[in-house]
Amino acid sequence: MRETIISTSGLTKRYGDLVAVNELDLTIGKGEVYGLLGPNGAGKSTTILLLLGLAEASAGKAMVCGFNPATHAIEVRRRVGYLPDDVGFYDSRSGLENLLFTARLNSIAKDEARRRAWQILEQVGLASDAEKKTGTYSRGMRQRLGLADVLIKKPSVIILDEPTLGIDPQGVREFLDLIVRLSREQELTVLLSSHHLHQVQQVCDKVGLFVDGKLIADGTIDALSAKLFASEPLFVEVGFAVRNGATQMNPDELMPLTDRIRRIEGVGSVGFAEGILRVGCVNDPSSAIARAIFDAGYDLTLLQKTRYGLDEIYHRYFQERETYGKTA
Amino acid sequence: MEKLLDLYHSFAERSRRITWRQIAVPLRRLMRAERRFEALHPFWVIVGREMSDHIRSWRFIILLVLISLTCFGSLYTGLNNIGTPKVGGTDVNRAFFFLQLFTATDGTLPSFIVFLNFLGPLLGITLGFDAINSEINRGTMSRLLSQPVHRDHVLNAKFVASLLVIATLFFALTLLMTGLGLIFIGVPPTASEFLRILSFTLLTVLYVAFWLNAAILFSVRFRQPATSALCSIAVWLFLAVFYPILIKLVAKALAPEPGPFGNFDGSAANFQHTVITLLRFAPGQLYSDATTTLLMPVVRSLGPLTMEQVAGAIPNPLPLGESILIVWPQLTGLIAATVGCFVLSYIGFMRKEIRAR
Repeated sequence: MRETIISTSGLTKRYGDLVAVNELDLTIGKGEVYGLLGPNGAGKSTTILLLLGLAEASAGKAMVCGFNPATHAIEVRRRVGYLPDDVGFYDSRSGLENLLFTARLNSIAKDEARRRAWQILEQVGLASDAEKKTGTYSRGMRQRLGLADVLIKKPSVIILDEPTLGIDPQGVREFLDLIVRLSREQELTVLLSSHHLHQVQQVCDKVGLFVDGKLIADGTIDALSAKLFASEPLFVEVGFAVRNGATQMNPDELMPLTDRIRRIEGVGSVGFAEGILRVGCVNDPSSAIARAIFDAGYDLTLLQKTRYGLDEIYHRYFQERETYGKTA
Repeated sequence: MEKLLDLYHSFAERSRRITWRQIAVPLRRLMRAERRFEALHPFWVIVGREMSDHIRSWRFIILLVLISLTCFGSLYTGLNNIGTPKVGGTDVNRAFFFLQLFTATDGTLPSFIVFLNFLGPLLGITLGFDAINSEINRGTMSRLLSQPVHRDHVLNAKFVASLLVIATLFFALTLLMTGLGLIFIGVPPTASEFLRILSFTLLTVLYVAFWLNAAILFSVRFRQPATSALCSIAVWLFLAVFYPILIKLVAKALAPEPGPFGNFDGSAANFQHTVITLLRFAPGQLYSDATTTLLMPVVRSLGPLTMEQVAGAIPNPLPLGESILIVWPQLTGLIAATVGCFVLSYIGFMRKEIRAR
């Protein structure tokens, strides 16, 4: 069991009638890369503000690095680096000057700050542009400078709010790699909010799904999919062709086949769409499915095992949310 | 014992040979090294950055040039109209000869204090109107506040930085003017004159600080810098130009009719009192009242005086303490207005939720 570094219990933030964060219970262990995942306006940014002590909670409590951000905001901010989604710099100053300003705000002496700034600029790949004014920086460079700005105070937790917004794919990859590498090297805890599923899947150890201010599920991606798709954590896509040359297939004609597949041990749901059978299952029944198709008189053209990813998890939740909305 | 004496002698010998340079250079080096390893308090870090931002900004440079020009312009008019000093003359104004440099005018160009009454607010507004909102718009505020800095430190540092810039500017200018005046006139100011000049400068800084705070208040209140600048300028114009006109207009209509033999019940004096009190709600009026009293020692009251009060008075200049006593209400009013604005912007800023852009 890892040491807990961020925890919240019943954390709630209301703006008038709107509940931005609703009874949030969150636990993040030391050294974890945690992804806060949710659509725009789900309350991710508000949660981050609450964790930093930049907004006051309506109810509930948070603990970050052993301090309550509502009462000991300074102690929390000494240990937590925060990169807002659209980070701003003093445009008339160079990147280096901006970094030094942050360093000195964190009570780092001048010489030490300068040494550290160069080292970090090297790490994020901005050493050659350090003396340029930040007004001339590109979006990707600003974001990397933002990361340097976060790292210069040697935090134990870094919180990134939509860090990859507006960067090109290559830049996103480099940026995420950098974060993961740094977090491994320096034992950093990273809290990353995003609505990009794939990026989160790529880097995060654990994921929390956020919808309408509520954390509806959290855990590792495997655990989430296991929980959500408990009956059938795997699915197999099966493509087949009719042997006698007929191209038309309708679901009624397929009844014997689907029945046959359904009888295979471990198979749950069987669906048919766009000429492909989707078979949800517990264990791996590929060979049995292949045999069933041959026995039914079809040719097998495709057989692919897939694990449920974040995409499916996300969509599954949204389907539920929409059905809730309709009934409500 | 002898050894000790020897030691003392050799030490004394050596110490005589030590020049100032030998002490100063290592001392300076030590101090510099010291400074390099100790970290400043975050508050002063922000103050430093704000000040360097102000000094580098174009608008400050433009206003600096403008104010320096008026300073030298009014020095020129002052010098032209100052007349010749009469030592031991009966004219009391002549006794405070040097102060005329700041107040004398022939009517073509306004004097220094009138200029400052007009340009001071502009300087304060320039330094304050985008203090908070532009940082929020640029997204630097959320970055700044996520550092281990108290939120009120940010606002206080901004105020202190602007105030320091203003104070430095005005003290430099007045001292420069005093120095140039000294060169041209050749008569040095007396100690009390010099103290009057210093208190006048302090008063000017206070007056500009009021407008600075008003501008900061608008910058907390409005999200767009243009809106807050416009609002500050509107308030300034209203108080400087329209408010006195309005009061005088109403006063004219309501003035008590003098009886056939004049007005002996004091109602005219009372009425005049009320009008002046109303006028003093404008900080510009307070400032000009206070500066006139400070720079013209013969001014002994800022309200109307009856004949009985004046009768028998010897037209002597007041000592500095008495002059300050006369302007004490004005001073208090200015300080109160400044603090009031600051408190409002403080509350507004502490309650504001800062999000990223």
